[in-house]
Amino acid sequence: MEKKSKLAILANGLIKENPVLVLVIGTCPTLATSTSVTNGFGMGISAMAVLVCSNIVISMLRKIIPDSVRIPCYITVIAGFVTIVQLVVKAFAPALDKSLGLYLPLIVVNCIILGRAEMFANKNSIFDSALDGIGMGLGFTLTLVVMGSIRELLGSGTWCGIPVLSRIMPGMSIMTLVPGGFFVYAIVMAFVHYITTDKSKIKDGFGCDGCASADECSDGSACVKGEVA
Amino acid sequence: MIKYVIIIISMVLVNNYPLAQFLGICPFLGVSKDMDSATGMGIAVTFVMVLATAVTWPIQQLLNSQGIGYLQTVVFILVIAALVQLIEMFMKKNMVGLYKSLGIYLPLITTNCAVLGVCISNIDSGYNYPQSLFNAFGAGLGFLFAMIIMAGVRSKLVDQSRIPKSFQGVPIILITAAIMSLSFMGFGGMFS
Repeated sequence: MEKKSKLAILANGLIKENPVLVLVIGTCPTLATSTSVTNGFGMGISAMAVLVCSNIVISMLRKIIPDSVRIPCYITVIAGFVTIVQLVVKAFAPALDKSLGLYLPLIVVNCIILGRAEMFANKNSIFDSALDGIGMGLGFTLTLVVMGSIRELLGSGTWCGIPVLSRIMPGMSIMTLVPGGFFVYAIVMAFVHYITTDKSKIKDGFGCDGCASADECSDGSACVKGEVA
Repeated sequence: MIKYVIIIISMVLVNNYPLAQFLGICPFLGVSKDMDSATGMGIAVTFVMVLATAVTWPIQQLLNSQGIGYLQTVVFILVIAALVQLIEMFMKKNMVGLYKSLGIYLPLITTNCAVLGVCISNIDSGYNYPQSLFNAFGAGLGFLFAMIIMAGVRSKLVDQSRIPKSFQGVPIILITAAIMSLSFMGFGGMFS
């Protein structure tokens, strides 16, 4: 692995390896919590906090954790931080806790976090891992806010609760519902494909890039057709 | 008895996990390329969901009685991970045929949010033990159902040459999912 500059590590997660739009991981929370800007932002920040903390701790422990039991160890570390975030959100932002609901504890199975632990934090220094966590977290938050803006503007005519379009046209509530989520995600991803200059990078499916067990299954046998769990 | 039937039907059609609740989207999009793996994954998920609920529901009661209910997330994910590992080992030794068809999907299920999701939502919605089991079974069936439909649609999508370039690959699958979930919205309001 070539040595990357600190800035490159940070910027990597924003566009080039945006977890949601390029690596296509962490799709469930993306679709579920981008119903409005505030929800998307809250989810993005919560996930980022867990990602940065778990990256730091896993990077610290990377020489101590035995290779064969590393996945359970990572999950324990991540679950601990998720519980902390859950309690903090419940205490200081009860409204957000209510609207995120089930998806807050589900950060623990968000493949972005386990994927970064496996792909980056267990191979790199503490500082680099923290930067990678911030970059990936920002990429995730940015995507959620963009999708949340589109869905909130079209769905209820507001942005962050401020009425914008609602005076001109009635909201199309379908955009805040499930089909709108899939649709906006598809449009945003197609747009990213369109502006990406490197056309060869376009994925024709779900590769092993984001898969947590990519190391074990070099031949792709354990992950049928490159599924990302 | 009729109550359990309603739980199952509502989980399969009205509250279908991938199409109405955004749970288990990753395998729904990733493993639905051909019918065989879609069915295998669906059955494996159903199996793990029911077993995980059977184990985690009593554990939650134990945690509550000790006043440490907030440890739910940590305990559940570890229990599910251990359970999946156990099932895999048991299958490898005693049920070789089944292991060959389902075993490869098992390690992926640990990080499938639908499994943890069904365990937590059973607790949150205050179901009792048999209701929780039926709820998990229904959720699994709904997942299997969505997987099979998706795999069927995707088998017709193999030739992508007529799709605009930017939409080839993942975006067109998401559009397909959007149309599918739109039609599933028609089931909404079947039960009050």
